[in-house]
Amino acid sequence: MHPIIKMVFQRLALGLLLLFGASALIFGLTEALPGDAAQAVLGQSATPEALANLREEMGLNRPALTRYFEWLGGIVQGDLGQSLTNKLDIAESVGSRLSNTLFLAFWAAIVSVPLAIFLGLLAVRYRNRWPDKLISAVTLTTISIPEFLIGYVLVYFVAVKLGMFSPLAMINDSMSLGQKLNSIALPVIVLTMVVLAHMMRMTRAAILNVMQSAYVETAELKGLSNFQVIYRHALPNAVAPIVNVVMLNLAYLVVGVVVVEVVFVYPGMGQYLVDHVTKRDVPVVLACGVIFAAIYIGLNMIADIVAILANPRLRHPK
Amino acid sequence: MSEPLLKVRDLKIGATVYPPGEKPHDIEIVHGVSFDLAPGKVLGLIGESGAGKSTIGLASMAYGRGGVKITGGEVWVNGRDILKTSHSDIRKLRGGEVTYVSQSAAASFNPAKKIMDQVVEAAVEQKKFSRKEAEARARELFAKLGLPDPDNIGNRYPHQVSGGQLQRCMTALALCPEPDLVVFDEPTTALDVTTQIDVLMAIKEAIADTGVAALYITHDLAVVAQVSDDIMVLRMGNTVEYGNTDQIINNPQEDYTQALVSVRSIEHEEKQPTPEPVLSVKGITARYKGVNFDVLHNVNVDLHPGQTLAVVGESGSGKSTLARVITGLLPPRDGEITFAGRKLSADLKGRTREDLRELQMIYQMADVAMNPRQTVGTIIGRPLEFYFNMRGSEKRKRIIELLDEIELGEKFIDRYPAELSGGQKQRVCIARSLAAKPKMIICDEVTSALDPLVADGILKLLLELQKIEDVAYLFITHDLATVRAISDSIAVMYQGRVVRYGPKSQVLSPPFDDYTDLLLSSVPEMHLGWLEEVVAHRKMESAGN
Repeated sequence: MHPIIKMVFQRLALGLLLLFGASALIFGLTEALPGDAAQAVLGQSATPEALANLREEMGLNRPALTRYFEWLGGIVQGDLGQSLTNKLDIAESVGSRLSNTLFLAFWAAIVSVPLAIFLGLLAVRYRNRWPDKLISAVTLTTISIPEFLIGYVLVYFVAVKLGMFSPLAMINDSMSLGQKLNSIALPVIVLTMVVLAHMMRMTRAAILNVMQSAYVETAELKGLSNFQVIYRHALPNAVAPIVNVVMLNLAYLVVGVVVVEVVFVYPGMGQYLVDHVTKRDVPVVLACGVIFAAIYIGLNMIADIVAILANPRLRHPK
Repeated sequence: MSEPLLKVRDLKIGATVYPPGEKPHDIEIVHGVSFDLAPGKVLGLIGESGAGKSTIGLASMAYGRGGVKITGGEVWVNGRDILKTSHSDIRKLRGGEVTYVSQSAAASFNPAKKIMDQVVEAAVEQKKFSRKEAEARARELFAKLGLPDPDNIGNRYPHQVSGGQLQRCMTALALCPEPDLVVFDEPTTALDVTTQIDVLMAIKEAIADTGVAALYITHDLAVVAQVSDDIMVLRMGNTVEYGNTDQIINNPQEDYTQALVSVRSIEHEEKQPTPEPVLSVKGITARYKGVNFDVLHNVNVDLHPGQTLAVVGESGSGKSTLARVITGLLPPRDGEITFAGRKLSADLKGRTREDLRELQMIYQMADVAMNPRQTVGTIIGRPLEFYFNMRGSEKRKRIIELLDEIELGEKFIDRYPAELSGGQKQRVCIARSLAAKPKMIICDEVTSALDPLVADGILKLLLELQKIEDVAYLFITHDLATVRAISDSIAVMYQGRVVRYGPKSQVLSPPFDDYTDLLLSSVPEMHLGWLEEVVAHRKMESAGN
């Protein structure tokens, strides 16, 4: 077998193992919290007898390990369990929420990743001159301001004063793609501003590191223009670190958008999670936790695999 | 006389330096150098590191490495001063009219791109050829340079070919756009001697066939004598001597040039073996973890007290692996090592402090073998504390003694490694190993990274110290001139085996085995026409077989 296929399979297996560990950790942590689902359901009206009855009914008296494997078995079959508060099937409610969150993350990534890499290249091309300093200053400023503040400022000035875009990012299935994009424009801008600096600075640093190499000097001595040197010779060798940080930021776009979703009242996973945390709806929290963990681990695994594929020594062994 | 292709007048080059503890400031590193190069001719630039030879070579492409700036003078290429020409004209010059071959092709090829893409890039970019024409020309050059499978080698990635092949690919890269001038910057220095000959011959023939002019930069006078028409000797940014090759080699006028010509003339009387060797290596077979072949096969050598055993071979011959086995870093699969009359534990963990003290090591790269944040005094003092529990004035006295022995003296005690030259760093490493009062020191390519004259000084010092301290050296090197200068006995290694072993006089006298003969005949000699003689001799022999 080609060694690279072996390595990719190793990474996949490792990712699954990691996900298994994460699920155990999430389950264990919610177990460790004071109170349980029975208490949460009964709330104020909990009498010791009622609690005992409900626990018996929900199977909460059985050992934690048994319940964990039952829960895990359900997840593997696509059954995320039932919400405590509204008795709805979690998989169904999460489905539309997740696709909304992914929709937002996707468009934020489409805007921010190429922009960050382009700005990184530009910063290298004009390093230590004013374009570099300007790019650094602006992106650092936007990452330093809390995203809810940027969100509210944009809502006020762009949506309310200028009348561009919708202040509320409500979307539903009956909208056309154009309407949806118009509706999510502001959250996309906010998310882009948050993730841009990180990716752009990593691109700049990774390429500058490569710019010290002898093969960059060779390229310069071929009479190539500065941008050709950076784009053709430096960038291909800086792919691995850039992909890593891009994937970290993509993961953030999916699992870290809670605040932005709340600001724009966007019907995504973040809103859903926050609602059910306040209601102590443990099965929903567990389900969301596992989905977030899966996305996080999946994206980082992709970063690992891309880094392996980007290495010509591994791709073309002797 | 026809107009020279390259005319350099009073070239001055400066650089910004950042000395530790001082403000950065500008210094001049080349102080007014002038020369001419006619079309189709080869000028050798020779000197030690810091002489400014690479800097001058790159100046002919109006390029300064790092913080290097051309501060004065004129550089005329094809009738215009390239220091005054436009930015776009310089881009046309680089990779079009003047191209560059660097010392390390392995580092100068982009690891992420196929060789062919890189070889034709300049020619296509400069619109000298279409992509198709350039590829055809590249394949022609690959064949001319003696590369295997010239039609397909371009489809490989740099890491898929050997170092010597890559250096030839780099030459093809430089010749592909049909330049008027190629700057060769130490193109064979990183290669094994046996590979060097082939690459050198390939470069020489390619220069002759294409009629291109060349600046050939090297620190090895014997090499430059084989390829150049004229030679300029440089030292610390000044011209020492400038003349035709015959005059420089056979009738050098300046003292410095004479020193370069007669370098490595150390005479060393061979000592007789003693009955009781200090180190006895018996039947060592070893392999690295995770590989399924042996890198050492049944190695047997002895080293006698106060003597030097030279282990010589090319890269990959297993000579450094042998050192790792002796130091205990790589436990062997089979065989045993006796040291100072006792059997050494195969594994480093099983060795006593006394074992460690009596067996010291000096490395090739002196600057990475020292902690850059410790002073010379701390570095040398550490083994004194560790092995002899010395403290305070007693320790300081011993450090100064050692500094005197390595001919540096007390004033170096508070300096940091960054404030030392390459030769001085290696001297400090020698003092550190001597501080432990060892019975034996493993010297792993200790002079390979140094200039010839500096290396000579280190070898003389090592011989001197051997007399005073009665220490034995296991001297690992690929350089046969060093072997001649320093050894009492020699082990020639090839592909993990000792192919020839014995006292120096015996190993270096005929009849030779094939490999030792190849190795010995590959060492460049300081006379004109040596390269052609060797190549002709080899062709005859292979025809005879």
